[in-house]
Amino acid sequence: MTTISPEALQICEECDTVHRRRPMTHGQVGKCACCGATLEHYHSLNPNTMLALVLTAFVVFVQANLWPIVTLGLNGQHSSTTLWGAIITMWQANAQVISILAAVTLFFFPLLKMFSIGWLLWFARQRRCAPGFVPIMVTLHYIGPWTMSEVFVLGALVAIVKAKVYFDVVADPGIYAYAVLTVLITIFARVDMRELWEMRMKDST
Amino acid sequence: MSTLPRAADMGLISCHVCRLVCRAVPDSEDTEVDNVCPRCGSALHRRKPGSYARTWALLLAAFMMYVPANLLPIMRTASLNDVDDNTILSGVMELWVNGSADLAVIVFVASIMVPMLKFLVLGTLLISSHRRTDWAQLQRAKLYRLVEFIGYWSMLDVFVVALLSALVRFNLLSRVEPLPGVIFFGLTVVLTMLASMSFDPRLIWDSRDSDD
Repeated sequence: MTTISPEALQICEECDTVHRRRPMTHGQVGKCACCGATLEHYHSLNPNTMLALVLTAFVVFVQANLWPIVTLGLNGQHSSTTLWGAIITMWQANAQVISILAAVTLFFFPLLKMFSIGWLLWFARQRRCAPGFVPIMVTLHYIGPWTMSEVFVLGALVAIVKAKVYFDVVADPGIYAYAVLTVLITIFARVDMRELWEMRMKDST
Repeated sequence: MSTLPRAADMGLISCHVCRLVCRAVPDSEDTEVDNVCPRCGSALHRRKPGSYARTWALLLAAFMMYVPANLLPIMRTASLNDVDDNTILSGVMELWVNGSADLAVIVFVASIMVPMLKFLVLGTLLISSHRRTDWAQLQRAKLYRLVEFIGYWSMLDVFVVALLSALVRFNLLSRVEPLPGVIFFGLTVVLTMLASMSFDPRLIWDSRDSDD
């Protein structure tokens, strides 16, 4: 092999094949020649756009947690709940494990994710490296698979359909906020963390 | 296929956390832990450490939780004159009969098929990789990606039970309460997620070394 700097290389996370990195153009996706795993994809979002998205997501997240998700009616009585209502009910009903799981995957991790990405981007747009950059990035890597807002939206739909047989069901603003949040989360789940890492490399040199 | 260069052969290691390409310190083949990523400070490993043992352990633990998760009721619906305990399967059937068939299919897939699929796929991957066979490598890689992607959708039923328990609280008229099955089911999902994370898909391709 000729001498190539390690920065010009990338290694497939799934099969350990070494690839040369190529500059990506719009809409391109780099796939591993050996196993077909996605290596990297081009995205046109700069730090400012991303920051705007994260702020939007935060506003929607607050709405999604403040407003009730669904209201049930039975003979003139009404009952509605928010995410935290469900978490507290599970705790009181001796299902603390579920309560903690729901609180972590639907509230604390998504919130932590938004704050961390927002923090990093806030400094990135000023071309500075955020304080605590490395521990934050490592934390983001580990909490990545443990946010489940999109599953919760589908769960709310199933709950509505199940309840509809016996009760009058009204979908409340919370469920719409959750649906929007899911779309936003999907957008910034596509962000390549490597790009943030490399932003730091450029600064420090 | 065997012409593609592999990192392990070139003395390179990709950091599992930040994906920086690092040079492996040559003399530390046995003590890989000494290699540390210069960018994020995480320990560098050629392969995830103890992948087989960890994945087997987590998978077996998940299966032990999966049995009570399906046998025990996950939810109690109580009204004035009857009390009804639902298991996962009876919940699907109720949805099929009363509600909408498409949602019944979604819940069936998420709660029953996905965990089963994970046990089968991860079991197959573990056994075949351990035997270092080069049988259907591309298909096995795809199966692994599928398992990683669908993993957390099984939490669906857990969230349904949580929401219904919080919503249906009309004192004597109608109540929904979670039952122990849902705890076992939640644990099954978490354990299978941990199992698929600790499996190292590079092991699928490690028979390539012996080809050359």
